[in-house]
Amino acid sequence: MTVVLNQSFTGISIGAVLLLIALGLTLTFGQMGVINMAHGEFIMAGAYTTYVLQKSISSAGASLLVALPLAFLVAGAMGALLEWLLIRRLYTRPLDTLLVTWGVSLMLQQLARDVFGAPNVQTAAPDLLTGNISAGGVTFANNRLFILGLALLCVLGLTLVLRFTPLGRRIRAVVQNRDLAEVSGIATGQVDRITFFIGSGLAGVAGVALTLVGPIGPTMGTNYIVDAFLVVVVGGIGQLKGAVITAFALGVLQSVLEYSTTVSVAKVGVLVAIVAFLQWRPQGLYTLRTRSLA
Amino acid sequence: MTTTLTRLRVPGAFLLGAVLLLGVAPLALSDFRLSLFAKYLCYAIVAVGVSLAWGRGGLMVLGQGVFFGLGGYAMAMHLKLTDAAATGEKLPDFMQLYGTSDALPWWWEPFANPFFALAMTVLLPMVVAGVLGFFIFRRRVKGAYFAILSQALAAALSIWLIGQQATTGGTNGLTDIQGFFGYSLDDPVNQRMVYFIIAAVLLLLMALARQLFVSRYGELLVAVRDSEERVRFLGYDPANVKLVAYVVAAGMAGLAGALFVPAVGIISPALIGIVPSIGFVIGAAVGGRASLVGAVLGAIAVAWAQSTLSDAFPAAWTYLQGLLFVLAVGFLPGGLASLWFVLRRRRTRPTPVIRTEEPVAVTVGETA
Amino acid sequence: MSGFSISRRGLLAGASAVGASAALSACGAKTGTETSSGAGAKADTSGSTVKVGLLNSLSGTMAISEVTVHNALLLAVKEINAAGGVLGKKLKPISQDGASDWPTFAEKAEALIKDDKVVATFGCWTSASRKAVKPVFERYKSLLFYPVQYEGLEQSPYIFYIGATTNQQIVPALDYLKKQGLTRLYLVGSDYVFPRTANKIIKAYAKAKGMTVVGEDYAPLGSTEFSTITNKVRTAGADAVFNTLNGDSNVAFFKEYKSAGLTAKSLPVLSVSIAEEEVKSIGTQYLEGQLTAWNYYETTPGAANTKFVKAYQAAYGKDKPTSDPMEAAYISLYLWKEMVEKAGSFDVAKVKAASDGILLDAPEGKVTVDGATQHVYKTARIGKVGSDGLIEEVWNSGKPIKPDPYLKGYSWAASLS
Repeated sequence: MTVVLNQSFTGISIGAVLLLIALGLTLTFGQMGVINMAHGEFIMAGAYTTYVLQKSISSAGASLLVALPLAFLVAGAMGALLEWLLIRRLYTRPLDTLLVTWGVSLMLQQLARDVFGAPNVQTAAPDLLTGNISAGGVTFANNRLFILGLALLCVLGLTLVLRFTPLGRRIRAVVQNRDLAEVSGIATGQVDRITFFIGSGLAGVAGVALTLVGPIGPTMGTNYIVDAFLVVVVGGIGQLKGAVITAFALGVLQSVLEYSTTVSVAKVGVLVAIVAFLQWRPQGLYTLRTRSLA
Repeated sequence: MTTTLTRLRVPGAFLLGAVLLLGVAPLALSDFRLSLFAKYLCYAIVAVGVSLAWGRGGLMVLGQGVFFGLGGYAMAMHLKLTDAAATGEKLPDFMQLYGTSDALPWWWEPFANPFFALAMTVLLPMVVAGVLGFFIFRRRVKGAYFAILSQALAAALSIWLIGQQATTGGTNGLTDIQGFFGYSLDDPVNQRMVYFIIAAVLLLLMALARQLFVSRYGELLVAVRDSEERVRFLGYDPANVKLVAYVVAAGMAGLAGALFVPAVGIISPALIGIVPSIGFVIGAAVGGRASLVGAVLGAIAVAWAQSTLSDAFPAAWTYLQGLLFVLAVGFLPGGLASLWFVLRRRRTRPTPVIRTEEPVAVTVGETA
Repeated sequence: MSGFSISRRGLLAGASAVGASAALSACGAKTGTETSSGAGAKADTSGSTVKVGLLNSLSGTMAISEVTVHNALLLAVKEINAAGGVLGKKLKPISQDGASDWPTFAEKAEALIKDDKVVATFGCWTSASRKAVKPVFERYKSLLFYPVQYEGLEQSPYIFYIGATTNQQIVPALDYLKKQGLTRLYLVGSDYVFPRTANKIIKAYAKAKGMTVVGEDYAPLGSTEFSTITNKVRTAGADAVFNTLNGDSNVAFFKEYKSAGLTAKSLPVLSVSIAEEEVKSIGTQYLEGQLTAWNYYETTPGAANTKFVKAYQAAYGKDKPTSDPMEAAYISLYLWKEMVEKAGSFDVAKVKAASDGILLDAPEGKVTVDGATQHVYKTARIGKVGSDGLIEEVWNSGKPIKPDPYLKGYSWAASLS
């Protein structure tokens, strides 16, 4: 029984990581249709922000707290710049954005290598986040709880922004019908940029959280990018709740398969399950109903 | 006169290519450079298929590594088995080291037959592509979904191969291939023979692709790319049209993988995953996806630059590579091939033309 | 106009003639027959300098580790040149980037041998890259010096293995664990050749010597998700974890390990791929007190090591650690120099013949080349990660261990090869 509970928590914590890395993509890919392969490098930017901050703020806890908003701004600014420089020219060719941003991601990785060196760097985690809470034989790792909380907080924040703010209304309007939004007086170009800013910023926040569980290096983004896209694709384009459900479902599936087989088999199993699922529901769990034929 | 010229342009260019590949290159290049060139030509063969499926059909085939790998492994398995048989061993060398059993796995056995193995290098990728494509296109999975799905498959296959070390060689892949249907690959003369086979296959496939491009089917394919709905309304089934392009491209990638094995002497999961799969389309994108010659030259040029420039300037090359993708794909969607058309138009017409002549895969509204 | 088309036809005829004749002439040697033409790549020793090839990943995922090896190789070249070179000739290092991609390694090896005509090549890290270049060095009868500990079961006539083989690292590590009374092991490794082979050896050892393997798990290379594996480790009732993870995975594994409440005291981890450089990137917070098995540490005593560490840090920065593979790479050049000077020639056959018994006072202690296996006698050392990020030796084998890549001298290993 404790095994089941422990593995459930493991599944949820894997899901929380997936959710956090995919959240920004639900905006940039889900809402705007941009396949941004440099999303992983925005995660990396967030992680390096934490690293740089720790050099000036020695307290691990304080630097982590400062890093969260700062990484959001740094990665967000990078995203907005990318949108302005390149992506806005490619909205009619969504698949080409994939290759273009792949090129950008190569350059950003090399930039990180030149600035911070090829080897991984380390950040210290605050003591509070390296321990765990034990309850009834189940061990809850504090860093995992932190990531879970952070992911849920980000989902909540994003939902509130999209639902209840004028900005959110504009974003939704542009997603549902760009032309109509434009003739209604919405500056769609500006909305795109802000959407991209938020989406990329969330990648930065994910990067900060990932310093608690994974390596920090120039190629760290490539570890997460495909998983992140799969979450959004399975969840359904433009649907936050789809991404949330998918992230946790994939997390639990992964942990169950890992426990009963091997990590490699689990990884292959999850990928094959996703491919099969998309045969059944090619538009993902939830779809935004539009009148478009496609 | 102009009609004769136009009529001769394509065969003429083909001939020129044949002379360069079969005549000039073997004379001008050293053994080592020629074997490198053979490797680039394998990538070019993949690019022919990419040009068909992506350039003409609008299918972003981001999983060509899967088919390249299937073809490569089919060939390498046969060659490993004949190598083992030549030294009187029952099992290939890596199985003796890492294997768990003294018997050859059942799915290796048929590959001892050269005809079966050769057929499999093309058929296996085509069957896999056919089954996948049948479901994918029928369910109208397309655009970004198709691209990401392809990536997921490439990742899955490479992880699976790595995990099965005892029967697939794991990360190492299948290495140390000594002979090619009885001919020792140690001998430079035989290496040349392999080069000629690869060059001939490339020319043949280019001719085949060209025929497909100008055929009725080719026009239908472009129509599906540009407006799938209209084709459907006209009574055609776009799923079948796309399926054919996808399967043919997969077969070409498989053949390229099979030829890669004797040319380079290795096939490994590192050639299958996400990054190499993107690499396979990048060359075509840079050269010009919709133009057969552009895609082929692009693939060769990118591969050449990769191996030449990365030694001298590893860091600068990465920046240059990234920049090349951004500029070529972002600002010159027809690839470098379209540059030629743009320039020619400028020369012949007084007013600059903004529109590129080569059609470009435009996939408006596919993400909804 | 018709003349135009005829000239094109002429081209066609010409092309097909060239093609056909080339194809016809292409009936080379059959398999099994010895060809001399393959060995056509002669090293160039005519000038006042000779070229040595350095083959490392300068880009890609393996660059993290291999760049440090490359640096150590360059340092050795510089020192040897400053001392007058080899046989009076200065060394010119030619660097090729393997780019963490195995087929690229094979291609670059060929470029070094055929284009640059190097007298010897130094480098490679992963087993996969070594397996990829092995046929190239054998085909052209050129020498490779391989500086990293590896899984054994290999003995190419054209490779010198300067890193430890299994009986100089894994077997002594098991002896150590057994002596400490840690007999129930959990095996965690990356999914590739070295960990799988190492674990096969560990299981054979355990079976013969009354130890128990309570679990075995592999993660795909580069995997950064270890919560399930850690859960399994925690509940398996092991005394120690034998860790053969590689690269990035170690960072994720040790972060997970600590947050699961496991420590070096409660359940020690013995790692065979974590050297000083890796300690730096994982963080002492997560590693303090954990064990490693190598043949060299930055803290290894001796004048040779003091000199090496000083020279390396002077060249590459005060905060740069030195590690076992770097040291092996560094001495591989010196060992080759000794062999060449003993042979009095750069000729590969003569160098190989001269290799047996070459002795060097290396930073890791005395090393001797075993000509029969083309491996090196090395002292095994177990170390413990200290709070300062350095590794302190807690045990060593006392004397250099004779290399035994096929474990022929160990009765329990009879079933392995």
